[in-house]
Amino acid sequence: MELFFVNILDGLVTGLLLFMLCSGLTLIFSMMGVLNFAHASFYMLGAYFAYKISTYTGFWPGLVIAPVLVGIAGALVERYGLRRVHQYGHVPELIFTFGLALLIEEVVQFFFGKNQMAYDEPHILDFTAFTIAGNAFPAYKVFMIFMAMAVFLVLLYILTRTRVGMIIQAALSYPNTVQNLGHNVPLVFMGVFGVGTALAGLAGVIAGPVLGTFPGMAAVLGSIVFVTIVIGGLGSLWGALVASLLIGWLQTFAASYNIVIGDVLMSIGFSKPVNIDDGAFRDLWTLTVSQIGPILPFLLMVLVLAIRPQGLFGKRET
Amino acid sequence: MSKIKGMILGTIMTGLLGGVAYAADSVKIAFIDPLSGPVATTGTNGLAEWKFAAEKLVNEQGGVLGGRKFEIVAFDNKISPKESLIQLQVAIDQGIRFVAQGNSSGVANALTSAIKKHNKRNPDKRVLFLNYSAVDPALTNDKCNFWHFRFDANADIKMDALTDILAKDDGIKNVYIIGQDYSFGKAVAAAAVRNIGKKMPNAKVVGNELHPIGKVKDFTPYARKIMASKADAVITGNWGSDMVGLGKAIIQAGYKGPIFTYYAASNGITKTFGAEGKGVIRLVAEGAINPPASARTSDYINGFEAKYPDHDISQARIANAAEMLAKAIDKAGSTDVIKVAYALEGMEHNSIWGGKVKMRASDHQAIQNVHIQAHTDENITHALDNSAYGLVKENTVVNAAMDSPTTCKMKRP
Amino acid sequence: MSVVKKVSAESNTTAPWISASQITPWILAIVFLLILPLIFTSGSALTIMNQMAITIIFALAYNMLLGQGGMLSFGHAVYMGIGGFFCVHLMNMIEYDNLWLPLPFLPLFGGLFGLISAMFIGSFSTSRAGTVFAMISLGVGELIAASSIIVVAFFGGEEGIGGDRTMGPSTFGLDFASQIEVYYLTATWLVISALAMFLFSRTPIGRIANAVRDNEERAEFLGYSQRNVRFISFCASGFFAGIAGGLFAINYEILTEENLNLATSGSILLITFLGGVGFFVGPIIGAIVFTLLQTVLSLYTEIWQLYLGTLFVLTVMFFPFGLTGLIAIHLQPYKLGKISILFRPYLHMVVPAVVCVLSLSSLLEIAFHAKHAAIGEEQMSLFGIGFNSHSFLPWMIVIVLSIGSGWMIRRIAPGLNESWDEANYVEPRV
Repeated sequence: MELFFVNILDGLVTGLLLFMLCSGLTLIFSMMGVLNFAHASFYMLGAYFAYKISTYTGFWPGLVIAPVLVGIAGALVERYGLRRVHQYGHVPELIFTFGLALLIEEVVQFFFGKNQMAYDEPHILDFTAFTIAGNAFPAYKVFMIFMAMAVFLVLLYILTRTRVGMIIQAALSYPNTVQNLGHNVPLVFMGVFGVGTALAGLAGVIAGPVLGTFPGMAAVLGSIVFVTIVIGGLGSLWGALVASLLIGWLQTFAASYNIVIGDVLMSIGFSKPVNIDDGAFRDLWTLTVSQIGPILPFLLMVLVLAIRPQGLFGKRET
Repeated sequence: MSKIKGMILGTIMTGLLGGVAYAADSVKIAFIDPLSGPVATTGTNGLAEWKFAAEKLVNEQGGVLGGRKFEIVAFDNKISPKESLIQLQVAIDQGIRFVAQGNSSGVANALTSAIKKHNKRNPDKRVLFLNYSAVDPALTNDKCNFWHFRFDANADIKMDALTDILAKDDGIKNVYIIGQDYSFGKAVAAAAVRNIGKKMPNAKVVGNELHPIGKVKDFTPYARKIMASKADAVITGNWGSDMVGLGKAIIQAGYKGPIFTYYAASNGITKTFGAEGKGVIRLVAEGAINPPASARTSDYINGFEAKYPDHDISQARIANAAEMLAKAIDKAGSTDVIKVAYALEGMEHNSIWGGKVKMRASDHQAIQNVHIQAHTDENITHALDNSAYGLVKENTVVNAAMDSPTTCKMKRP
Repeated sequence: MSVVKKVSAESNTTAPWISASQITPWILAIVFLLILPLIFTSGSALTIMNQMAITIIFALAYNMLLGQGGMLSFGHAVYMGIGGFFCVHLMNMIEYDNLWLPLPFLPLFGGLFGLISAMFIGSFSTSRAGTVFAMISLGVGELIAASSIIVVAFFGGEEGIGGDRTMGPSTFGLDFASQIEVYYLTATWLVISALAMFLFSRTPIGRIANAVRDNEERAEFLGYSQRNVRFISFCASGFFAGIAGGLFAINYEILTEENLNLATSGSILLITFLGGVGFFVGPIIGAIVFTLLQTVLSLYTEIWQLYLGTLFVLTVMFFPFGLTGLIAIHLQPYKLGKISILFRPYLHMVVPAVVCVLSLSSLLEIAFHAKHAAIGEEQMSLFGIGFNSHSFLPWMIVIVLSIGSGWMIRRIAPGLNESWDEANYVEPRV
């Protein structure tokens, strides 16, 4: 039972971290209709920038400076790259971000080399916050939870309670009307892209010490961010939050319990073949849930799309 | 029209593929490993070690066959089996007859079976495969062939040595095995279960699991399970970011016992573990650099660090491979691949890292001393990753698994 | 989707099903393929040409979805991979179980297995277009790639499944041990499948696929089920991808996880786009250029992926119609008889453009060498010129050259634009 509670907390950390990435992406996606394949690369940039800054000044300045730098980089990419490609349609936009992801990974390796970076938690948070039945819960993870919560609340406030938020929401659905009302929609796009990438950068700064800062870090995260926002429903902040937490817990619990598929099959009435070593399905019988944990979100996505194409909280289909 | 175009293209193509002109009489070794992409770090490190070994241990000692130099030609295989086979063909066309590869048993398997077929189909252009790091036991068992030589201790041998040491420690009752879900991870797990069952009657395996390779973002849930199992020792074959992620998660979950690893050092890993890993991270490998075996060892390492400050001697067997190939070529009196292969079979060699290396003829597996090393900052002569930390030898198994059986049925030409 | 629309309008005008002017390029291509190995005789050249041929078939099959059907797939490697895996298993059955199957027909079976798996997955993934289709393809691709490591019995785990192509019954006295025999086999399949795909695009169903791509609702009102049309395109594409997989099995005699993973699926998207989505020859050009970049450029420089990424980003930004589009926009001036107007400005542009590209890449190479080369190894060589990467002069030269050539390009560009407008100007009829 204690372990169950620990797993809830661990899943919360994973889920909230995912949310920080997805919140920006879902805004970008619904506003511009583009799957930003380079989103995880901005997360990577955030971690590397913060690492570099931390070697000079320690962790804390990096927490502020690195996301700002990433946001500026993102805004520049939108202004001088995406905006140009936008007129050609969605597929070219997507290829652009695809190429950009490749490019960012190479540029990072060009400057930082190919080794794992020794990017560490700040010393002040390097202690055990509390222990549940022998399981230590590091203070840094508590910090991660609070950071992600803060991001969510701030975003929610801006989007629903401020004038800027209203314009963004309106521009999501009716860009032309908003433009005609005299608002600078391209500027809104640039702003949203900049803020979205800055959030990815912030996620990188915070996750870098825990999940590792290395050339493949964007690839590991890979397409899971798209899966999350598609499950949650495009353009929905609440959907992104729910889907992130769902995936965080799904992965944590899948990894925590060694349920063997063969046992499940037997419990629902299948009988185990006798000479299991020769059968084509021999691997299926010995498979455990923890082995397939990381691919469960993809299965979930295919199911969600087949049943409810607009996602859990989405209002419209794309 | 198209013919003229074709001829122009032809000239360009030939020029392109011909590559840079090399010294005519050098002995070329094709280094086929990842030099780009997310896992390039071990590839570039291996390339530096090969270049340095060729230079210091062979060329500066007068080369082979009375003055011919070794030359390492790098090919980027992007860790793709398909690209490896293409690059192998390019290397063969450049007249290269010795191929070195180490990263990924999947690539090694593709290369060894391709080389086997190539040598059968093209007897005039035979190639020798120097496997310096791919440790899947199958390569020197069921899938062995005459053209493949392995200089690293394979996964079974390392586990054999590790459990020899573990068996002496009565404090270890519960062992947890975790690894990446693919052939190598499974080989490690199988060997661990087999050896613990045989040698450690008082210990039991409290966990044995595989996780998807390169896909786990957060290892915390796995660490929780390890804590819950009350393990006294963790064994893992993980490498790269999977190693760092797993190790850090286990330590942060409050684990204090030893984690026995195959690859938890260098390429930024040592530096990342830093103080956290002290007293926890252990590594089983051939070729310990602390304490150095001799002044010659130290000179060699210092020379390497001076030339390649961003890299480490992380794959010590590369030095053995270069020296043994040079010896074999001298003994064969030519670079004829069959003669060199016969000269390598059964060769005994005094390693620069201390101890002897013997290339077992029955399966082309190098037999050598295997050490358990600890991640620490004490008594470090040669640190890793430009940090204060490095690996220090704790235990040694001399000629590990010397008499281990093999299923290899070597067919000799 | 504006890229695709423009071109389809043009291709819809042909009245006869096929004409002499359409046959000529095919005959030229066949002759070209026949004499190619006489020019490039080395084993590696043959290997690379085979790789190109396989990629061409795969890219053409992919373009049946993207270009003709407007469906964006992130998991198309699955169908090539599954076709290939089945072919390797068949190859092993030929060797060990006395299955009688001449090797040249193997790719056909690869195609059939590609078709079957496409029928299965397409039955639910093609019900919608757009993002839903794209994301399902991504999910399915990821699922199958992941299961390839887990289901060892069929996919062989990380090591994959290997075979030996020479164990079958000899066909026309050939055992396919040598590269050249495999080349001609691959080339034959290339012509057959390319022709079949070309003809498919001319059939009514191919045309309707275009219609569905451009406007689903209008096509639906005309009485065509958009869902069925997408399903048929998807299955056809899976079939040809499977043929490419079969050829892969014959060429490399091994299939591994990489044949199914997302990187392969992503690169085929890039290849097709680089060549030009709206043209039948687009994917062919894309496949040739990409293979050369990946295999040959990486022999020369460690930072080849940096160039590749830059190329993609620049192509999308400046030539969204791909490399073929770059050629195609010259058709208009050619038809107007004004192409000669462009000769002089192009000639002026060539030198600064080449200098600019070379000097910028030199700058990258020198910077990379200075940063990452071994201590004491300060000498490097570029284009056959040896120099010290840590000294001032080479840096100075390439920086001056790149700034100078960049400035020249800026100066010449307006003139080029003017000539371009002039060459494309159609005199109003009086």
